[in-house]
Amino acid sequence: MNHILFGECGNKVILLGNEAIVRGALEAGVGFSSTYPGTPASEIGDTFAEIAKDAGLYFEYSVNEKVALEAAAGAALSGVRSMVSFKQYGLNVSSDSVFPLAYIGVRAGMVIVVADDPNCWSSAQSEQDSRYYARLAHIPMLEPADSQECKDFTKIAFDLSEKFKIPVLLRTTTRVSHGRGVVTLGKIVKGKKLGEFSKDSIRLRNFPPYIMETHRELHKKLDELRKLSEEININYLLNENSKNDLGIVTTGVAFNYVIDALHDLNLDLPVLKLGLTYPLPEDRLRSFMRNLKSVLIVEEIEPILEEGVNALAKDLKTELRVYGRKEGHLPKSGELKEGDVLIAISKITGVKSQYNPIAQKEEYKKLSIIKRLPVMCPGCPHRATFFATKSVVGKDAVFGGDIGCYILGIYPPFETQDFVFSMGASEGVIHGIKKVSNQKAIAFIGDSTFFHAGIPGLINTVYNKSNPLIIILDNRSTAMTGHQPHPGVGITGMGEKSKVINIEDIVKACGVENVMVVDPFNVKEMEDAVRECLKKDTVSVIVAKRECQLLAIRRKKKEGIIIPKFSIDQSLCDNCGICLYQFGCPAIFMDNDKFYIDKELCTGCAVCVRICPKKAIKAVK
Amino acid sequence: MMEFNVIITGIGGQGVLTLTNIITWSALKEGFDVKASELHGLAQRGGAIACHVRFGDEIYSPLVLEGKADLVFALEPLEALRSCYFGSKNKTIFLVNTHRLIPLSIFINKEGYPSLSYIADALKSFSNKVILIDASEMAKKVTGDTIMANIYMLGYACAKNLIPLKRESILYGIEEAVSQKYLGLNRKAFDLGFEAI
Repeated sequence: MNHILFGECGNKVILLGNEAIVRGALEAGVGFSSTYPGTPASEIGDTFAEIAKDAGLYFEYSVNEKVALEAAAGAALSGVRSMVSFKQYGLNVSSDSVFPLAYIGVRAGMVIVVADDPNCWSSAQSEQDSRYYARLAHIPMLEPADSQECKDFTKIAFDLSEKFKIPVLLRTTTRVSHGRGVVTLGKIVKGKKLGEFSKDSIRLRNFPPYIMETHRELHKKLDELRKLSEEININYLLNENSKNDLGIVTTGVAFNYVIDALHDLNLDLPVLKLGLTYPLPEDRLRSFMRNLKSVLIVEEIEPILEEGVNALAKDLKTELRVYGRKEGHLPKSGELKEGDVLIAISKITGVKSQYNPIAQKEEYKKLSIIKRLPVMCPGCPHRATFFATKSVVGKDAVFGGDIGCYILGIYPPFETQDFVFSMGASEGVIHGIKKVSNQKAIAFIGDSTFFHAGIPGLINTVYNKSNPLIIILDNRSTAMTGHQPHPGVGITGMGEKSKVINIEDIVKACGVENVMVVDPFNVKEMEDAVRECLKKDTVSVIVAKRECQLLAIRRKKKEGIIIPKFSIDQSLCDNCGICLYQFGCPAIFMDNDKFYIDKELCTGCAVCVRICPKKAIKAVK
Repeated sequence: MMEFNVIITGIGGQGVLTLTNIITWSALKEGFDVKASELHGLAQRGGAIACHVRFGDEIYSPLVLEGKADLVFALEPLEALRSCYFGSKNKTIFLVNTHRLIPLSIFINKEGYPSLSYIADALKSFSNKVILIDASEMAKKVTGDTIMANIYMLGYACAKNLIPLKRESILYGIEEAVSQKYLGLNRKAFDLGFEAI
């Protein structure tokens, strides 16, 4: 953290892409930052949370991305430079306000960072390409390729935003957000933290007939930006004097794969590297393609540049071939790799590569390699909730899944996520299922997810009268993304105490009559609660309340509380296997048909003690 | 043009990210360009992860191409096997911690964990040198915790010239990447690996 806040101008340091974005924002004089945690963007907010006080800026974990974006817009409209960051689905959530914001414009610079996740390495939802939003909402977009560009482009994005009075999108992908690289630092600028909302300096009233005017102005801005895109130095040409008739257009992390592939193939193809990818520098692309026979577009994830280039190529000359992900020379889905680019260039040019990934993979495929799936941690309260629920209903219920650590209940032995859509969707979908079927239905939703998008779904269930069981897994944290606080915790992004908003109070206020708060470690009590709730004619809510075990252990260690360890008394154990096969704790293992507890992994939750029919599990003295 | 490619593989919680971070700072200290790729979030949680570090005169891609790894640090044997395609016979060294962490799914799906000899044999088709050490056990002896196995292995790799980074540069890297509180323990684990025979 030290380097992000205190690193001196000119110093070379190693930064994560996400950290470099924060440094860029500091160098641009950001005064306000907001987010809702979502990987691969999470470290942007977390870095702000760490430095906000010392840096003299304001940071918050908002209740969801839409609110985060609106808050950042409020700051920018009041003359304070602002940044909002989220993962790809966060942009979807915020989009309702992104569109009018593009029309309205901003006063101070406002940067919207969106992190896409090719291959879904860190986020479960989809390989969405958020670059479509730039086109859809008419917002300029920059795409950095590494940590240095993350920092530099953030600064440029702020300047463009302020100059053109328009929010600017900065789009990263996982290998950029979670890539580390050398960054030469610039100078930190102390930004404004206090502003004032001015009623008439901008077109705020997004309502007819003004809206026709703001739309016209938006297009004027885009025309200006298109001109700038032709000249800006983050759009540049490499190997200008190449005699090759195949050229490459690329952006973001894919640029690096292109350079390495050309090096490996010993080729000097002309490369047009785009940093500002919307609006496209159309003249520049035309002149780039004028003397080429074919052009390869290398980009993450969808063929968006490819489609843009294709349209220009058709204007230019019909015989120009455009290769890319759409054409099938590069994979249509999944994360791009250098190997893919090597193969594509090799195929088009006929230049043989020494690298043979297919032979390499053939050898690999012969090996039998068992999977290692992510698991809920030892002592995770969600495991206890799932165990109790399954012991009551077995497979005889529909389980609505949602977004959080509990998504890992998708795997055996639990399989408690029959569907997963998006934040809060467990409730909406379960309501629909309940309306048309007589099946038992249980929605699992986390605490932070409930605040984020679960409240409207709950109200809808009450108002439109269906009777699912909704289990709110309240582990007192936004755990999956790195334990960020939420309104139920009572700590803000600035690290200050705030009002604790009780989930059970909200549930009651939404009109739910059957509300229970249960500690999931009390398995018996949880089982009784589930059994009782499933008999009700109206919607029931169980708040399964128990602090995330990782946080509990951290806290207990700090407080000097001894964490008990458990072991299995082999003289009492009859090898029924419930603790391993049905409870699935990673601290329990089997060796030579006997069951044991790994003391290094055991976190002392003692739930296994409660579920063991032979009372064979005991605390180690 | 000099370039050195490292894969660090293991399980979320074993210190894969810390090792990645230390190597990047050590390489910077020696004046190299450096890039790395980490995995966070869903990729962790007890799941398998592989991080990439590349350093040299001029580095573009943060990812190591299949077959182009110079050194694979495997903090767990099954994970060495999973990442073996980054290796090739003509250049790659595998440094493997033999301490097994058995995935839960093995019991639930009634699968078998491969034997160490199966793993070592498989690695030999992707490597000219496979080094097996029980780093967890060694680290535990001195630090009381298997968690220091990653740093022990780094010390070992440094002393045996498996990675072109000087001892002082790595110690600097540790200082940059590890919190003050654990610095002493990390240095101890590094020295232990460095002095191993």
